[in-house]
Amino acid sequence: MAVTPRSGKVGQASHLGDAVGLSDDELREMYRHVALARAVDERMWILNRAGRIPFVISGQGHEGAQVGIAWALEKGKDWIAPFYRSIATCLTFGMSARDILTAQYATASDPSSGGRQMPGHYGSHEHNLVSVSSPVATQLLHAVGIALAAKIRKTGQVAMTTMGEGSSNQGDVHEGLNFAAIHKLPFVFVVENNGYAISVPLARQVAGSSVADRAAGYGIPGVTVDGADVLACYQASKDAVARARSGEGPTLIEAKVLRLTAHSSDDQQTKYRSEEELTAEKARDPLPLFRAQLIDAGVLTDETEAAIAADIKVVVDDATEYAESQPDPDPATAMKWVYAEDWPGETPPAWGMGPGSVESSH
Amino acid sequence: MPTKTFIEAIRDGLREEMARDESVIILGEDVGKKGGVFLATDGLWAEFGDERVIDTPLTESQIIGTSIGASINGLRPVAEIQFADFIFPAFNQLISEAARMRYRSNNGYGLPMTVRAPYGGGVHGALYHSQSVEAFFTHIPGLKVVIPSTPYDAKGLLLSSIRNDDPVLYFEHKKMYRSVRGDVPDGDFTVPLGKAAVTHPGTQVTVIAYGLMAHYALEAADRVAEEGISVEVVDLRTLRPLDKETVLESVRKTGKCLIVYEDNRFGGYGAEVAAIVAEEAFDYLDGPVTRIAGPDVPGVPYNHALEDWFMVDPEKIADGIRRLAAY
Repeated sequence: MAVTPRSGKVGQASHLGDAVGLSDDELREMYRHVALARAVDERMWILNRAGRIPFVISGQGHEGAQVGIAWALEKGKDWIAPFYRSIATCLTFGMSARDILTAQYATASDPSSGGRQMPGHYGSHEHNLVSVSSPVATQLLHAVGIALAAKIRKTGQVAMTTMGEGSSNQGDVHEGLNFAAIHKLPFVFVVENNGYAISVPLARQVAGSSVADRAAGYGIPGVTVDGADVLACYQASKDAVARARSGEGPTLIEAKVLRLTAHSSDDQQTKYRSEEELTAEKARDPLPLFRAQLIDAGVLTDETEAAIAADIKVVVDDATEYAESQPDPDPATAMKWVYAEDWPGETPPAWGMGPGSVESSH
Repeated sequence: MPTKTFIEAIRDGLREEMARDESVIILGEDVGKKGGVFLATDGLWAEFGDERVIDTPLTESQIIGTSIGASINGLRPVAEIQFADFIFPAFNQLISEAARMRYRSNNGYGLPMTVRAPYGGGVHGALYHSQSVEAFFTHIPGLKVVIPSTPYDAKGLLLSSIRNDDPVLYFEHKKMYRSVRGDVPDGDFTVPLGKAAVTHPGTQVTVIAYGLMAHYALEAADRVAEEGISVEVVDLRTLRPLDKETVLESVRKTGKCLIVYEDNRFGGYGAEVAAIVAEEAFDYLDGPVTRIAGPDVPGVPYNHALEDWFMVDPEKIADGIRRLAAY
C-alpha cells in the first residue's frame, strides 16, 4: 500500500520516535495495542455471528486515536472515564483481552461488572477506568470530579474522558466543561468524532460542524486531530496532559475517526450510509496506515509484524477459550453490592421467588 | 445540654466533620461567602477556604456528577441542592449513575457522597420551592434517603450520612430550620441510618411520619389524647433502608395504622409503607391502613388559602386518627 509517512522521514527509524519522544520499542508496543484491539473486536463479531454472544458494540476505526491518546497518560495514576467503544483505550490502560471478552460473555469473572452490564460497559478500579453506563456523556462529569479531587488532594493526577461527537451535544458536557475551565482542572476531554450518532450524520447533530471550536466558549484550547494518525493523536494528547498537569487547565481534543462497522450488531448501516462512503473510509483505516508508517520508518519489519500478529492470535484465542469456559454469575449473588453492606431488601416477596424465598408470616 | 435550632445542628455537623476529616468538601450554589440561601453553610467558607467550600455555577447535574467523580478519587463530597425542587436536572446523575455505580461495577466502585436539599411546603414557596421529592429517590435501590425531624437527629444522621460509603440523600424540611429547637450534645455522636424512633408511645393507633409531619403527628397525638385516643408515633428518620421492624412492631401492637406524608398522595412514599403493613401485619389489623397526604395537584399553590388547603396539618391528622380509631 502506498503511504506517505507523516514524519516525512522515510527509512529513518529513530527519527519517527524522536519526533514525538517515543522509543522504537514503545512504537511497536503502540502498534501491538492497535492491532490487538482490532483482533479482539473482530473476534467479537465472529462470536456474535456464530451465536455465541448476543450483542457487539464496536470500536473499529477508533483504535488508532484511542491508543495514541491514552498512551500519553500515566497508567495506574491518571484516570479515564471511557465509553462503549473504548476497547483500545481499556487495553492500553491495563485491561486484558480476557477482561474484554469476559464482558461479552457476561461471566461471573467479568471484571467490569461480573456479568451485570451489557457488553461494552467496561470499567476497572484496578486500572483507574471508571465504570461505563448507557446514558451518554454522564461520564464527563465524573472525570471532572476526579480532576477536582486530584487538584484538591494535590495528587498530580490527570483525568480524561472520551465519548463520541453525538454524545458531546448533551447538557452534561456544557456543565462539566464550564466547571472544569473555571477551576483550571487537570482534565482532558476527548471527542472521537466518527461522523455518526447511530444513523444521524454530523451535519444534523453538530451545529457548526466542529466540536473543537466549542472549546473557545470555555476559554480552553480545542484541538482537531486526524484520528487515523496514531502519533498525531499521541502528540495532541501529550500536549493536553502536560497542560493539565502543570495547572493550566483542560483541553478539548477532537479526533476525526472512522466507524468501520455498524453502530452495533443490531444496526444495519447500509440503510443510511452509501457503499462509496464505506469504501472510502476503509482507505483511512488506522491499522494499515500505522503499520505502513512504522515499516517505512524501519521501526517494524515484516518479521516483527508477523511475530506480533502471531502473538495476538494466541492472546485472542486464549481469551475466547477462557471466556467460553467461565461460569455465569449465580443468581444467589444478585442482591449483593446494592450497598456496601448486605442488603436483603425491605420487602422480599413471600411468594414468587422460588426456593429459598422468605417465608410468609402466616 | 445546649439547645440548637434545626439548621444550627446541621451547620455544626458540617463544620465538625470538615474539621475532623479533610476529605469532606462542600459544593453547591451560593454555599461559599453567602453561606447558602438558608445559611446552612454560613461561616464554613471562611473557616475552610475556597478548595473545600465550592460555589458552583447553576448546574445541578454538574454538582452531582462532579461529586460522583470526587468520591471516586478519595473525597467525601457533601453537595447542596439549593431547593429539592431543583434536583431534577441531576436526576439522571442520581438515578443512572450514583445509585447504580456499586451494583453495576460489582463492587468495583462505591460512592461516599451526601446530597443535602431543603424540601417541603408551608413557607409560601409555591410550586417550585415547596416540593417533597423523596418518593422519586426512595424508589431506586442504591440510594439511601434520610429525613430528620429533630436537631439531635439532624446532626447525628448527617454525620452518619457523610461517613457512609454509599450515596445518601439528606432532605431537610425548610420550615423547620428555625422553628424547631432541641437539645444537641456538643461533640461527636451519630444516629444510625435505617433506624426509626418511637417518639410518642401509645396503644390504639400507630401514626407513621417523617420530617415536619413527625412534629404534626405529635401535635395531633396530644389533641386526640384529650379525647381518650392513645396514639403511638413512629418517626421513620431514614426512609431507605426502611426500618420495617419498628413499623410492624408498633402496628402489631395497636392494630391500626395511619401514614402521614406531605407529598402527593398517589404513589407517595407512604403508599409503600401501607403496602408493607397490609402484606405483613394483615392478621393484626383492626381497620384499614390509611393515609393522610397532600392532594394530587402538581405543586403547592402560592396563595395562603390555597397553600393551607394543600398542606397536611395537625388537625387533618387528628381527624384521620379519630376516623381510624372509630373502627
